[in-house]
Amino acid sequence: MIPGSFDYHRPVSVDEAVGLMGKLGDDALLLAGGHSLIPMMKLRMASPEHLVDLSAIDSLKGIEEIDDTIILRAMTTQHELIASDLITDKLPIIQETSLVIADPQIRYKGTFGGNVANGDPGNDMPAVMQCLDAKLELTGPDGKRQVAARDFYQGAYDTLREDEEILTSVHIPVPSSGHGYAYEKLKRKVGDYATAAAAVVITMSGDKCTSASIGLTNVGDTPLWAKEAGEILNGSSLDNATIDKAVSAAEAITDPASDMRGPAEYRTKMAGMMMRRALERAQSRAKG
Amino acid sequence: MNDQVKVDEDRAERVEKLQGMGCKRKRVEDVRFTQGKGNYVDDLKLPGMVFGDFVRSPHAHARIKSIDTSRAQALPGVVAVLTAADLKPLDLHYMPTLAGDVQAVLAEEKVLFQNQEVAFVIAEDRYIASDATELVDVEYEALPAIVDPFKSMDDDAPILREDIKDKMEGAHGPRKHPNHIFEWEIGDKEETDKIFAEADVTIKEMLVDHRTHPSPLETCQSVASFDKITGDLTLWGTFQAPHVIRTVVSLISKIPEHKIHVIAPDIGGGFGNKVGAYAGYVCSVVGSIVLGTPVKWVEDRMENLSTTSFARDYHMSTELAATNEGKITAMRVHVIADHGAFDACADPSKWPAGFMNICTGSYDIPTAHLSVDGVYTNKASGGVAYRCSFRVTEAVFAIERAVELLAQKLDMDAAELRLKNFVKAEQFPYKSALGWEYDSGDYHTAMNKAMEAIGYDDLRKEQAKKREAFKKGKTREIMGIGISFFTEIVGAGPSKNCDILGVAMFDSAEIRIHPTGSVIARMGTKSQGQGHETTYAQIIATEIGIPADDITIEEGNTDTAPYGLGTYGSRSTPVAGAATAVAARKIRAKAQMIAAHTMEVHEGDLEWDVDRFRVKGLPEKAMTMQEIAWTAYNSPPPNMEPGLEAVNYYEPPNMTYPFGSYYCVMDIDVDTGVAKTRRFYALDDCGTRINPMIIEGQVHGGLTEAFACAMGQEIRYDEMGNVMGASFMDFFLPTAVETPHWETDFTVTPSPHHPIGAKGVGESPHVGGVPCFSNAVNDAYSFLGAGHIQMPHDAWRLWQVGERLGLHN
Repeated sequence: MIPGSFDYHRPVSVDEAVGLMGKLGDDALLLAGGHSLIPMMKLRMASPEHLVDLSAIDSLKGIEEIDDTIILRAMTTQHELIASDLITDKLPIIQETSLVIADPQIRYKGTFGGNVANGDPGNDMPAVMQCLDAKLELTGPDGKRQVAARDFYQGAYDTLREDEEILTSVHIPVPSSGHGYAYEKLKRKVGDYATAAAAVVITMSGDKCTSASIGLTNVGDTPLWAKEAGEILNGSSLDNATIDKAVSAAEAITDPASDMRGPAEYRTKMAGMMMRRALERAQSRAKG
Repeated sequence: MNDQVKVDEDRAERVEKLQGMGCKRKRVEDVRFTQGKGNYVDDLKLPGMVFGDFVRSPHAHARIKSIDTSRAQALPGVVAVLTAADLKPLDLHYMPTLAGDVQAVLAEEKVLFQNQEVAFVIAEDRYIASDATELVDVEYEALPAIVDPFKSMDDDAPILREDIKDKMEGAHGPRKHPNHIFEWEIGDKEETDKIFAEADVTIKEMLVDHRTHPSPLETCQSVASFDKITGDLTLWGTFQAPHVIRTVVSLISKIPEHKIHVIAPDIGGGFGNKVGAYAGYVCSVVGSIVLGTPVKWVEDRMENLSTTSFARDYHMSTELAATNEGKITAMRVHVIADHGAFDACADPSKWPAGFMNICTGSYDIPTAHLSVDGVYTNKASGGVAYRCSFRVTEAVFAIERAVELLAQKLDMDAAELRLKNFVKAEQFPYKSALGWEYDSGDYHTAMNKAMEAIGYDDLRKEQAKKREAFKKGKTREIMGIGISFFTEIVGAGPSKNCDILGVAMFDSAEIRIHPTGSVIARMGTKSQGQGHETTYAQIIATEIGIPADDITIEEGNTDTAPYGLGTYGSRSTPVAGAATAVAARKIRAKAQMIAAHTMEVHEGDLEWDVDRFRVKGLPEKAMTMQEIAWTAYNSPPPNMEPGLEAVNYYEPPNMTYPFGSYYCVMDIDVDTGVAKTRRFYALDDCGTRINPMIIEGQVHGGLTEAFACAMGQEIRYDEMGNVMGASFMDFFLPTAVETPHWETDFTVTPSPHHPIGAKGVGESPHVGGVPCFSNAVNDAYSFLGAGHIQMPHDAWRLWQVGERLGLHN
């Protein structure tokens, strides 16, 4: 639990940080809240020669709404998401998710952007971002570009972010008012990664489901957007037969590892069970 | 009348001022702990101190072909790299274990478990030491590993311990196989077999108490400082038994015992993990002797979980015989005990399976037979008593699960079956079939009180309704009612059957009254969180009438404390607590002589009144203990030596036998396997209660660890012998969020042989808690025909039970 030696950099602007990353190359890693990276360094599973700490860059902090899009800047902490009235009002699923990430002490330090960009399938926010169809804004030497969360994750710790790029913000279209939502997470204890978790956002018109989007956490190498499951639900009255079919479709795309949280078979079934329960709760919350 | 009220009020006021036995005195140690001002081993900083770190084996079983330390030694800041080749000339590459085996300090020819110590790197700072471990080049030839203890004694099993392969006589008798450690047997086999052959009803089940780890928050650590001029060695460390460590260090290092100063400062939890001796202690000592500078070794979490003493790993084939009416007639148990790569169990030396023979439990079982085979596997060594007396959690788990299985087979209520078979109050002292003499107990009273408190009959009615609802598909939740009624055996122990490496298991107290009437007292035990500084002072306060706040309790420094065997197995109160009371009574006896002389009366004319001696019939003529203390030093009676102090080395005449009645109500979601504890009620009888608040705290802690063990905590290995989940990411250490709410209660049945009647409580809740949780889970699924469900009961395993029973279709 003793990290190797490294040089520490603390840029004050995005340009300076991008410049440093370009100059230092793949010997450098970005440090956000540190709750994933520092344990990895202590275990010597990560041994960067340079750490570029983003915490002094003011422009990476804050939450705002522009044209029906919520912009979450990357260094916003999970605690700040929980405390934000704007999030409570427009994106309550983010608040619900933040509340099941780790514990209060970690949420004071842990950042939204770190959780999204890290690429660990155990992180909770990526599946929620996929569910909400968020766009990730990456800033690199050639300027800014946007990548859809549904495309961003390639494998465990493997994303479309280039080494010299920084995730600067996430842009989330505001779901219609009256949408139903839920994030259901099965975990062994506070602070644990999900055995399986599901994010569900739906809209209802009368008894009919008019849109459904589902994300799954920690049941594959990447977060999973259960596209087909959503399509099965869309247009249905959320009857049992349709739900069963959608759950089966979601379970079919999972490929979890067997670990101390349980064998793969269990985790797949729990992904389905969490989706089922999230859907039930989302439906009870939906207005329209 | 008025005068009597006044006298009573005055007495009550003086009693309260003492803060003696029976009061909820606040823990004095918490003043420093809650402010971050504790003083732990890792807080120690000495001039010139250097730091050690281990190179560890990635393999569970491998031959070491070569070790090349040259790259590590070339790293600036590295001061030494030790390997077995350096220790061998000193005869220190192996060290004796408490169980009569030897254990590798640094692996010589083979490694026998993953993360075994191979080399010890010492550097000027902790970071360099860690960097240098990566520069030690070790070439291994991997060998097949034994993970399943049932395969240890196969004909074609690889021989693990080549160092003793020809030694077919072990510390506890003949060995049947090179991977066999011992066979230990007790009871009447012939008679037991006969009763089983003729019994109306029998049950048999393989009950596994799985491998787990005590996981104290502070890991194991030491600082050794050898003075080359005087030849003195000072060793600070996480030692539950500092004096035993001093003796062991002297025996293995050949340094005379008076030249060794062992100091155990504040300890952040032990739970049995800090009883034994570890390679890190030895290497820090050798390092300091070689270098002449202090050497610090501090384990990290993964090292603690994967290499220092584990607990349990008992595979118990358990049988009961009974009549059709539910009278238990015999018990038969055979255990395969997985001890890992070395036999480093911390049991009294004559007891290779600890006190497993308490397995007849709280029941009057006339005949029993127990045999235990200890075997080697490619896992870390240990087998310590994790918050229990030696192997008592295992024993109680076996009997309490077996009784439930018997009740099921007889179609009888499990509480009723227990009531039918309890040892009766009038049978105490009770001699058990496997050789113990239970000192006191009143099981029926405790059980009936508990059943009433929990509302047992109503719970069973509710359960019946819920089962109907489940069968009809109206709910996906099932309800379990867990019962356990345990009898502990603690306070090791009488020298006739208890010693550690030949050292009898007495304990000690030394009390010194200062002239102004305040006190310092020292004991041979060592608190790791139990609150000794608070409770021993309460015993002394009551015995000699000096307020507890005026009494300092000191432990852990072998230069100043009297020799004792340390704190584990709930022995502090039964043994050192008794020594404390006896030493205090010696002081009071001398004080009485002084008071009699000073007040010019006969000793027999005096009576003790809370904090003073009064002359009978002349109540205003009295001398307080403070006044007597001053007199003792400055004007003692002629021919009496001045001073007021006493020492007692207490040899307990018997063990003590705390007991308790626990109930758990659990609801299980069959679709996820998640179990929620709705209620947990714990009635403990630990005899005389010294500090009810500390008892309650002990019960809360012990139950929490019981909850952990039963519901998910484990040290697991894959088939290659790789240790899984040796970090708090995976190892289940419940937080306040997961921990159920505890309801506590008590009865008081004093120990007849203990000076103050106290029995010890620290481990009871763990011992009784584990089977209670497991019984709740098993009870929940029993109506579905689940059979015995093995621990740990984490969600995925319970979900698998549901799969097996077809509950998810």
